[in-house]
Amino acid sequence: MPNSIFEDKINKDLKIEPRDEMPDGYRSHLIRQMSQHAHSEIIGMQPEGNWITRAPSLRSKMILLAKVQDEAGHGLYLYSACETLGITRKQMIEELQTGKAKYSSIFNYPTLTWADIGAIGWLVDGAAIVNQVSLQKTSYGPYSRAMIKICKEESFHQRQGYEIICTLAKGTDEQKQMAQDALNRWWWPSIMMFGPHDKDSNRSEKALNWKIKRESNDSLRQSFIDKTVPQAELIGLKVPDDKLIWNEKTNHYDFGDIDWEEFWNVVNGKGLCNKERIEHHKKAHNEGEWVRKAAVAYSEKKLNKKVA
Amino acid sequence: MSNHLILWEVFIQSKVNLPYKHVGNVHASDSEMALQNARDLYTRRNEGTSIWVVESKNIIASNPDESESFFDPANDKIYRHPTFYDLPDGVKHI
Repeated sequence: MPNSIFEDKINKDLKIEPRDEMPDGYRSHLIRQMSQHAHSEIIGMQPEGNWITRAPSLRSKMILLAKVQDEAGHGLYLYSACETLGITRKQMIEELQTGKAKYSSIFNYPTLTWADIGAIGWLVDGAAIVNQVSLQKTSYGPYSRAMIKICKEESFHQRQGYEIICTLAKGTDEQKQMAQDALNRWWWPSIMMFGPHDKDSNRSEKALNWKIKRESNDSLRQSFIDKTVPQAELIGLKVPDDKLIWNEKTNHYDFGDIDWEEFWNVVNGKGLCNKERIEHHKKAHNEGEWVRKAAVAYSEKKLNKKVA
Repeated sequence: MSNHLILWEVFIQSKVNLPYKHVGNVHASDSEMALQNARDLYTRRNEGTSIWVVESKNIIASNPDESESFFDPANDKIYRHPTFYDLPDGVKHI
């Protein structure tokens, strides 16, 4: 049987565009993955927004505001890109609020101290960057273009986080302990962000064949660990994994077992903040309703004046 | 009253003299809000000197399924390119 135009394009590493023919499974996989990605950016504003009013200096407050604003922007780029597949923004928001669509589980952990804001930028954004750099080469054109734009903006996020952690690590014993404590709590959830091991990830193979995903969960995770461990060592912090050791044969770090039970618990709604995150999203959405109504009423009024 | 914001496509000119490039879209109730949203969303790092917004419904696009026949008239006219012409060796300024 001759290849379809779709398969030809995939084989030749050409991008699939919104009006091109594509298999239903390709479309639905993209909608699931891209909307989850967009929701993660939006929900991700909450743990960080929690610290805007308590940032320790005007400088750090301005930076954190800019970062949270970027996250909103990234969410919107991704919603836009996802809408090209035939789902509306309204549907996506409904699916988020009813729990049908997921967002990254990492945002169901609380931000207890200022050091957590550092850990989020350094580790959570660091892990996201590894994933997103790989997704720049995804086969769906609008997704790829959104990723390229997001990656350009994201590297400031990781640096601001690492700077916060470095400052604390150079501070008093108590401040250094605060940095270490944040690393202890965020390390494992960060490396879980790459998802289940390849052998347990049933959707991965298809996504790799369709070139939606370009690298497997395990290889992305390994690349993040290899980059990040030396960054911790450089500032005198210890990664909370007793089995972590450099392997000269593989040129990678070997690391301990991941607690997948915790991962699935948090995915399935039993994390510390799952309920709070969605409640807050609904509240903000509902409280903004009058603004959207007023904007539409105002534009209709202007339009009617022109007609009359 | 409908409660739906309208979809607008956003085009940005990154520097004076360069062409406008499509960068994405925004939801907004009117053109003024569309411009402001486009500014906040797509030019947070001085990416633009000027922005166009166009209601998405007003964009007419060619059909990708027919692109072969649609662009066919240009395919066999290689004499439209300067490299098509035979010129004597040593000729200058042409």
